[in-house]
Amino acid sequence: MDKTMTSSQVVDQLEDGMTIGIGGWGPRRKPMALVREILRSELRDLTLVSYGGADVGMLCAAGKLRKLIFAFVSLDFIPLEPYFRQARQSGSLEVMEIDEGLLLLGLRAAAWRLPYIPTQVGLGTDIVDKNPEIKLVDSPYDEREWLAMPALKLDAALLHVDHADNRGVCQISGPDHYMDDMFARAAERTYVSCDELVDSSYFHAPQQARLVFWERAVTTGVVHIPGGAHPSSCNPLYGFDVPHFKEYSASAKQDTGFEGYAQRYLKGSEADYQAAVGGLDAIRKLPLPVY
Amino acid sequence: MNTDYTLAELCICAAAETFRGQGEVLASGMGVVPRLAASLAMHTINPDLMMTDSESWMLSAPNPLGDRGADFQQANETWMGFSRIFDNVWSGRRHALVGPTQIDRFGQSNISALGADHAAPKVMLLGSRGYPGNSICHDNSFFSPAHNTRLFVEGECDFVSSVGYNPRRLPRGHSLDDVALGLIVTDLCVMDFGGPNHQVRLCSLHPGISLEQVRENTGFPVAVSGEPPLTKAPTKQQLALIAELDPHNQRASQIAGNPPGDRRRAA
Repeated sequence: MDKTMTSSQVVDQLEDGMTIGIGGWGPRRKPMALVREILRSELRDLTLVSYGGADVGMLCAAGKLRKLIFAFVSLDFIPLEPYFRQARQSGSLEVMEIDEGLLLLGLRAAAWRLPYIPTQVGLGTDIVDKNPEIKLVDSPYDEREWLAMPALKLDAALLHVDHADNRGVCQISGPDHYMDDMFARAAERTYVSCDELVDSSYFHAPQQARLVFWERAVTTGVVHIPGGAHPSSCNPLYGFDVPHFKEYSASAKQDTGFEGYAQRYLKGSEADYQAAVGGLDAIRKLPLPVY
Repeated sequence: MNTDYTLAELCICAAAETFRGQGEVLASGMGVVPRLAASLAMHTINPDLMMTDSESWMLSAPNPLGDRGADFQQANETWMGFSRIFDNVWSGRRHALVGPTQIDRFGQSNISALGADHAAPKVMLLGSRGYPGNSICHDNSFFSPAHNTRLFVEGECDFVSSVGYNPRRLPRGHSLDDVALGLIVTDLCVMDFGGPNHQVRLCSLHPGISLEQVRENTGFPVAVSGEPPLTKAPTKQQLALIAELDPHNQRASQIAGNPPGDRRRAA
């Protein structure tokens, strides 16, 4: 089965009002080319689940979101994401603010087809008080109350990996796959952009197959977009683009705001975008971050 | 007595104490001073601590901060990606040293948002990150480079991201004694939660700081018993280790003006 498609074919399969999960973490390994395709589309009223970075900020700024389910939104070295902050402070965004681990449990519950997973995480905090959707439950085994983290069922997940084949075998060879496997499993449909599309024989070596974190049946579509995570990182191929994030962040303080950034970077095709940021060679030369 | 040290170095040494006697727990220092405190503790008072590279590997010796050169080989011990961090967090074998934006008299803290209306916060911060889970599962301590009443708020935190000793929010069947808050280290003093009913208590004043300054800059009463001692000055050995762990002197930009640790001379 050949699952390769284009990013516009992916977005054609998404609908207004859907709940979409985006993989990666902050400024790291975000499927930004797919996000840019959503920004170019007419899609709206989305509910987004994300360990958020500029994916959240851009979709907020473009008015694509009805609701955000999050534990943080940050660009790491720029701790506060400017367009996410604007959206929050204006009150225009409905939110379900949870803990990073609760988000993982919500995805796990969806992946495992459970209505909820009981946990102590969030008890005693405003996670309980500010989220009417989150209930407490009694345990049949003890006298304590527990937080019942509801399944975060996704209509679609969007992920970026470094290598994939056309049948949907996806490899993350950077040091962390984050929660991408759970996003993939929690979703009805999982679309994956990849930096390199490889022949299936690439995975025959055990050390390559070991870096595959979900089975191909979980993958719906594969989009070959070298550099597709830019301006986020795709370790080990490239780091995140610090000057670009600074320019993006600074745009929030300028009169033209996100529209100014969009005019410069988002009006054309993905090829136009890559040309505007210096080309694929420049992306692949971006240094990996040092923590 | 050694008086040639910065306030940041004094805070690093004071905060390292929070890991004393903690055994084999993952020491997570969020930010430059906390990370150096955890690293220093691992090199001195608690070699059993566990540590990550702040990315995806657990280390048997802490990485120095910043650019480490192309030849540097970090001492990996095991893979520790973010999904696995939660297996550690929920087991309780961790002690985090963190820097929230608000802390209240219960030891509850906030890194989420400022303002009463969560639907439209006055100032949106990070979101709650891992604070809710951390605080109910394992030990936590605090560091702040700016001790003032905006940090130590008079009322409850605008958003309670982490649990403290607040009976009103105690989940059914749980005990306040399950909450494990260690030290609070600031640019003025060291405090803990050892007062009556877990009240915040002054442990030591940094040299040149008065009890009045602490009281004026804290939005709630601080328990004091007797004459508070001075925070212990860093030893030569500690300062040398800190310099090795922070070769690019990132610690110099962590507290406004990078003041000396002993402010009696400056006064």
